[in-house]
Amino acid sequence: MTIKIRYFASLRERLGRSEDTVAFEEALTVSDVWYRANPDQALPVNILAAVNMDYVALDSIVEDNDEVAFFPPVTGG
Amino acid sequence: MTVKIYANAFDPWQEIQSYQNTLIGGHFGATNVFIGTMRDFNDGDDVKSMTLEHYPGMTEKKLADILIAAGQQWQIIDALIVHRVGTIMPNEPIVLIAVWTAHRGDAFDACRYVIEALKSTAPFWKKEVLTTAQERWVTKNTDGYNAH
Repeated sequence: MTIKIRYFASLRERLGRSEDTVAFEEALTVSDVWYRANPDQALPVNILAAVNMDYVALDSIVEDNDEVAFFPPVTGG
Repeated sequence: MTVKIYANAFDPWQEIQSYQNTLIGGHFGATNVFIGTMRDFNDGDDVKSMTLEHYPGMTEKKLADILIAAGQQWQIIDALIVHRVGTIMPNEPIVLIAVWTAHRGDAFDACRYVIEALKSTAPFWKKEVLTTAQERWVTKNTDGYNAH
């Protein structure tokens, strides 16, 4: 009954870790997951989120065993 | 259609040639290629090297999705994306897009679509090391259609 969280790039460096785990609860949104793991940190402006490797809105509902990722705007290519 | 992520330097021309050797000759009449190469300058500063981070799994999935979306909009016979990760030096290729079609219009348009979609949605992040040894994350890509 857990949700895995992953952080990338400048966000990972700023938080000082690449992963977190939070306990699953009913009706938890992506934004809620951020605040469970980072209670003292506001969600960064322009942050992108993915659930199970697909982009999602921050108010999307998260399911048990989902992998939630947070990262800054992408700069590949 | 194929997506490759390389942790080491690659030769884009060799990649195009060996991939094209697997296609049926006579079917394609147009090949459009985009190669992105690392510069030694950015935002007015001299850049010594760069590290490209990605989200293993999601990156490949997004790139495959982009090729599928391109195939729904244009008549594509085959397409290839190769993208570097890890430490990259100036003059090394970062990305290769190659699109094979029957006619040139589809090849040009699909190739342009793929690189723009990659730059705005594929989870890669660049961190530059300047010649002053300062390190900084690249925070945004240039707008491909309006930049001159």
